[in-house]
Amino acid sequence: MAKYLMLKHYRMPEQYMDYTPMDQWTPEEVDAHIAYMNAFADRLKDSGEFVDSQALQPDGTFVRSGGAGRPPVTDGPFPETKDLIAGWMVIDVENYDRALELAAELSAAPGKDGEPINEWLELRPFLDHAPCVDE
Amino acid sequence: MIDADPLAEVELRELVPAVIGVLVGRGADFATAEDAVQDALIEALRTWPEDPPRDRRGWLVTVAWRKFLDIIRAEDSRTRREERVVAAALAAPVTSAEPGAHGARNADDTLDLYFLCAHPRLRPASAVALTLRAVGGLTTKQIAEAYMVPEATMAQRISRAKATIAGRRLDRPGDLSSVLTTLYLVFNEGHSGETDLVAEAIRLTRRLGTMTDSAEVDGLLALMLLHHARRAARFDSAGRLIALADQDRKVWDRRLIGEGIGILQAALARDHLGEYQAQAAIAALHADAQHVDDTDWVQIAQWYDELLRLRDTPIVRLNRAVAVGEADGPAAGLAELRGLDEDLPRYFAVEAHLRERSGDLETAARLYARAAERAASLAERDHLNRQAARTRSGREPR
Repeated sequence: MAKYLMLKHYRMPEQYMDYTPMDQWTPEEVDAHIAYMNAFADRLKDSGEFVDSQALQPDGTFVRSGGAGRPPVTDGPFPETKDLIAGWMVIDVENYDRALELAAELSAAPGKDGEPINEWLELRPFLDHAPCVDE
Repeated sequence: MIDADPLAEVELRELVPAVIGVLVGRGADFATAEDAVQDALIEALRTWPEDPPRDRRGWLVTVAWRKFLDIIRAEDSRTRREERVVAAALAAPVTSAEPGAHGARNADDTLDLYFLCAHPRLRPASAVALTLRAVGGLTTKQIAEAYMVPEATMAQRISRAKATIAGRRLDRPGDLSSVLTTLYLVFNEGHSGETDLVAEAIRLTRRLGTMTDSAEVDGLLALMLLHHARRAARFDSAGRLIALADQDRKVWDRRLIGEGIGILQAALARDHLGEYQAQAAIAALHADAQHVDDTDWVQIAQWYDELLRLRDTPIVRLNRAVAVGEADGPAAGLAELRGLDEDLPRYFAVEAHLRERSGDLETAARLYARAAERAASLAERDHLNRQAARTRSGREPR
């Protein structure tokens, strides 16, 4: 089994945002979208492939050390152009092909007029622990 | 929990397959019997530390049978369709002589469970989970923690696995090779969390060896013991991965090595060579060398030829290239790499090593860095980045 992170973004560079943004949907279309996401997660729980799912608030801050004895330096909120992670789902699946299949399914959540939004998701493999065989 | 006494917990685990066998012998279906024994196991882990029963096996059978009746009664009141099954189960004798009460029958039941839980129809991960629970006697929670998934996810994986094999008779003699694959997967993936899956894989393979007559089971056990013997040398105190060549061989567990080599020699003498025996032979040759320079690379390369004959895979060819590079020089090793796909795991790490041996440090550094980018584990990535930094600064291996 292999764990993958499926990252969902609030905002992406223009060329990756080719569907009508959610704020222009009807409330029913928003509900349908959320119901699709929940049903997707439920199916993964049922199939024994679900690990974790979290959503993030859009307002975040860049932070770095200001040097010893000085307060941290912050920069934020993020400028509009930066991509912004909206949330993630972690799955534990048999192989890469299965991960692709699931990511594509999640990407096809319904949006405006019930049409699949086919949004871009980022699929990232986890670094595993070291194997017990070392030759 | 019985945490305070890990031995007691292992003893308890050892009873699990036999108790499942008793329930199945009384007419219970495997899936429900296994659930019932799991429930009894959890109750045992909770209550035994305070109040240990005198007859542990008897206690487990009694409690598991009660749990089984609870489950089918609940199902029955829900569905009202399985009255006949319930009636049959309720009518079954509870205290009379059990089919599973004697040693030989017990071993047969347990062997059947190995085959069933690693049934070729199951996906590898499902076979692993089911084997750990039904044969290994681990709780779902322990298995979930070891594989770092939620308990509910692991429970679901197990119940789906049981649904996949539902109705299948334990088809003896079963597929031993898928049992071995499953056990090796447990061994090779498992060393995170509190449950020591490496030890568990060894325990289950050892037990399988007592019930079967197969040189390959012994080969796998020898392979596991020989690798396990190096465990303490594989990481330094800071948690850094140490390559085989750089390990402190004084830290290797000589007792395990001796045992592994003994088991391997007996297996090889039976003249039924298989891939686990061949791999164990390679591990034994490494274990035999008091110093890395004493390694008999010529023999190791020959064993890779055998392995290739048994199972010709790109991974075996890649590993063979390392051995050939040591036996016949880096140029010969690099020649073996030709024709192999660069996308193979560890391809660049192997090429980097051979380039370094051939004196081309610049190329080696670049390839180590590339290998690091594609490492499958954090420890390997860090190790390869250190190798890249080391060769770039022109230093010798440690």
